[in-house]
Amino acid sequence: MQRRRFLTAAAGVGLMGLSGCKVLDTAAKPGGSLRGVIMSASGLTYRTQRLLGGDALAPEFTAADIRQGQKPNGTINPSDADYQTLASAGFADWRLEVVGAVEKPLTLRLSDLQAMPARTQITRHDCVEGWSCIAKWTGVQLARVLDLARPKAEARFVVFHCMDTIERSLSGLVKYYESIDLRDAVHPQTILAYGLNDAPLPVANGAPLRVRVERQLGYKMAKYLHRIELVAGVEGLGDGNGSYWADRGYEWYAGI
Amino acid sequence: MPQGPLIYRQRIWTRATHWIWAICLFFLMLTGLQIFNAFPSLHIGMESGFDYDNAILSIGAVQEGDALRGVTRIGGMAFDTTGILGVSNGEARAFPSWATIPSYTSLATGRVIHFFFAWVLVGTLLVWLVASAVNGHLRDLIPTWADLKTLPRDVVDHARLRIHHTRRYSVLQKLAYAGVLFVALPLMILTGLTMSPSMNATFPWLLDVFGGRQTARTIHFIVMWALVAFFVVHMVMILIAGAFNEMRSIITGWYRVDKGEE
Repeated sequence: MQRRRFLTAAAGVGLMGLSGCKVLDTAAKPGGSLRGVIMSASGLTYRTQRLLGGDALAPEFTAADIRQGQKPNGTINPSDADYQTLASAGFADWRLEVVGAVEKPLTLRLSDLQAMPARTQITRHDCVEGWSCIAKWTGVQLARVLDLARPKAEARFVVFHCMDTIERSLSGLVKYYESIDLRDAVHPQTILAYGLNDAPLPVANGAPLRVRVERQLGYKMAKYLHRIELVAGVEGLGDGNGSYWADRGYEWYAGI
Repeated sequence: MPQGPLIYRQRIWTRATHWIWAICLFFLMLTGLQIFNAFPSLHIGMESGFDYDNAILSIGAVQEGDALRGVTRIGGMAFDTTGILGVSNGEARAFPSWATIPSYTSLATGRVIHFFFAWVLVGTLLVWLVASAVNGHLRDLIPTWADLKTLPRDVVDHARLRIHHTRRYSVLQKLAYAGVLFVALPLMILTGLTMSPSMNATFPWLLDVFGGRQTARTIHFIVMWALVAFFVVHMVMILIAGAFNEMRSIITGWYRVDKGEE
């Protein structure tokens, strides 16, 4: 008798498990009833990794470790007309704006950035999909640019506005956007890169300028930059989650 | 074998953590397959070769005339795995819909569920470790010299499906449980952390221990199958040893031992 009850219960649990998968499919979607609880783990990861890691440097590799070209991903050739015009002139007319919560807004040419002290680092690029690729990046530390612009006390995040249209939907065109906190922004390895493997940054990898955030995944490293904005919060950006992919269900903090 | 009395065998700490792990591992495995599907190949080294080949396994789909064929490559060999791996329900997909959480393709949702349960698993392991160190359960799991001497006999007994219902775990049980708790799960956690670019900055030695981020990813995948193998053997042993008695002990703590074992 006890045995039969036990078997019935076991079968019930099994069936619940199967239908549970269907329920979970819906509940775990962005905006679903369980998404908030599940996403709370991301905040825990962010705080823990910051606490443990501090300002530790990402591993750097040697020239012998560069065994292939840097695999491009996401947008690899922006079809935007304004971008194509800039590209056809070798980005001579391109400018980087630094705006928002800063004492001194900046407009910089590529040559201005190249005239600043350069940092070269051979690092591993990790895509959220799972692959890795080692390459040599050259650029100027974002901290140096921020020093020129002098962030105001309320500035907490650095937003990257990009030139590439990543999505054409019914609600309109979406250009890529990303953001990082100030801690990562002033990290010594966070550079605005204009060079890749001893050559000018190619279009496929984000020409003329992209950011490298070496302790996070590839989607944080916005390409085709044209405006950097300092903000107190990211609520006003996109759907309010701080990045194009965060607005589509990925973690804003991509250290894992 | 004549039945003996019921004894209180599994403490609440052991039972509660066991079931939390069971739930965690279920979700971790199936979201893990979802994550794997985003880049369904495994490599050895620091990076994934695109211009050169350092893959040891890949699952893909090839178009052949009107048909989409699933192809799984292991080392130099290629296998047609249409229907399960590479192509299922006519869709190009490494692991099929029924083997992933969520069932539809979503790397983002797979990842957030994976990391949620990874945290629960780690937290539960820590609670278990402290509780078991205090209540003496750790000693139940670590084989002694005397235990190891009984290994040949225990292997023969298991092979003959002659299961003894004893107060203490047999040596094979100890080795299996200790292997999961002290080897497989720590390996999963450490190889998982080795895939984190932030943890690579914090603990760069992890990369040296596991031979690079992509090797760590490969080990993570292989140890996952070792855990699946453990699960299958675990279920078979429960059925052979007597599902009712075994389930009662891991749910209520009470276990009926053989006569003479009290």
